[in-house]
Amino acid sequence: MSGTLSSLSPGLADPSHDAQQLFREVLDAFSHPGRIVTLADAPQGPGMISPAATAYLLTLADRDTPLWLAPSFNTPEVRDYLRFHTGTPIIEDRAAATFAVLSHDDADPFEGFASGTDTYPDRSATLLIEVPALGTGPVRTGRGPGIKGETQLAIAGLDDWFWRQCATNHALFPCGVDLIFTTGSQLLALPRSISVEVSPCTSR
Amino acid sequence: MPDTSITEGAYNYAYLDEQTKRMIRRAILKAVAVPGYQVPFGGREMPLPYGWGTGGIQVTAAIIGRDDTLKVIDQGADDTTNAVSIRRFFAHVADVATTTRTEEATIIQTRHRVPETPLKGGQILVFQVPIPEPLRMLEPRETETRTLHALSEYGVMQVSLYESIARHGRISKSYNYPVQVNGRYIMSPSPIPKFDNPKLDRSPALQLYGAGREKRIYAVPPYTPVKSLDFDDHPFEIERWNECCAFCGSTESFLDEMIVDDAGKRLFVCSDTDYCEGRR
Ligand SMILES: [Zn+2]
Repeated sequence: MSGTLSSLSPGLADPSHDAQQLFREVLDAFSHPGRIVTLADAPQGPGMISPAATAYLLTLADRDTPLWLAPSFNTPEVRDYLRFHTGTPIIEDRAAATFAVLSHDDADPFEGFASGTDTYPDRSATLLIEVPALGTGPVRTGRGPGIKGETQLAIAGLDDWFWRQCATNHALFPCGVDLIFTTGSQLLALPRSISVEVSPCTSR
Repeated sequence: MPDTSITEGAYNYAYLDEQTKRMIRRAILKAVAVPGYQVPFGGREMPLPYGWGTGGIQVTAAIIGRDDTLKVIDQGADDTTNAVSIRRFFAHVADVATTTRTEEATIIQTRHRVPETPLKGGQILVFQVPIPEPLRMLEPRETETRTLHALSEYGVMQVSLYESIARHGRISKSYNYPVQVNGRYIMSPSPIPKFDNPKLDRSPALQLYGAGREKRIYAVPPYTPVKSLDFDDHPFEIERWNECCAFCGSTESFLDEMIVDDAGKRLFVCSDTDYCEGRR
């Protein structure tokens, strides 16, 4: 069902300026971990991919940034769209990925992705994790660079196991993957530098 | 005046091509994720006049957009040749508004100072960095400094500072005074006076540092602890003046000394021209 080029959804309407604006919104999210940032003019993505994740990839992915897609996103429609608009190679080997798109309920989301080396911690993957909602769900406390004191964050669709993996990732600092949670046209960044309390603050 | 030919003819928005901007943007995000760590970036040499600070220009070019208001300072002043040229350059290639007012700026590109006016959340301070590696004077080999950072093995820096105390009775370094970011990486704050170091600590603004020749980007996210290195028996101290500014009377700001006549008469004036003008 791979479509022709003319059937592809459009990318960024004004590539240079849209990418600049989207980058600043992403930078705002990275600089203020836990902040829910709404991306203005995020394009409707292909298949199951959210506008926010689509916008992120259109802004930052290119032929130098191999992309790994979880099975639910790895469809001909998505592959054609991203290859056409970004030139990004879509790969099967997690270890070689610069970016990855995963679903909140994928098993072992961190497993196998590059977390950098002691001398080059920047050589690590950035994981885009699609979630059902931001701002709802169990409230957790995040601390670290970019956060004044502490911040409360709520991300729907992630279980305790996920947050334990997240704590393990943070413990690798300065190595580790960087996380971006996406839903609709919103995103929230959790760089590896951020610690998130493992036990939820609210009772169920 | 710098060569103006680079601002003429066909160019991409904000001068850099899109692929270069993406690469720098990715490096900036990694720099924010690992505060104080120097992220290498690739790309071509940027043909710019000497003294412009290609690293700072590249960072600014990768982040700037039409909604921004840019301020450029050189040694605290908005009106030096380099500051004026860089401001004009971005007004031309990025179609942005410019300002000399610290509080109006969304991006402040700086060489050698941090504004006296406290920065706000949402502002981005871009530093031009000549030598990004704080350990370089102590260890010339890049593979070695990289290993020292990896191991947090900063004894060599402590020894160097302590030798300074032994020789001078105090740490004699007054510019580019090394800091430790969030208790992890030792970082060069670029050649700002140590007077400005406390302004880096837990600032609500985002700090981005660009080194063009060595192609490194590093960052300090908002509210991140930045500690000037010191010792229990020799705590970090900033410069103080007995004089006040001859123009605005400030006793709080960093003062430059000026010789005003042939007899060698000296005056002290604020290095930050916007701050000084705002107080007169
Ligand atoms: Zn003054």
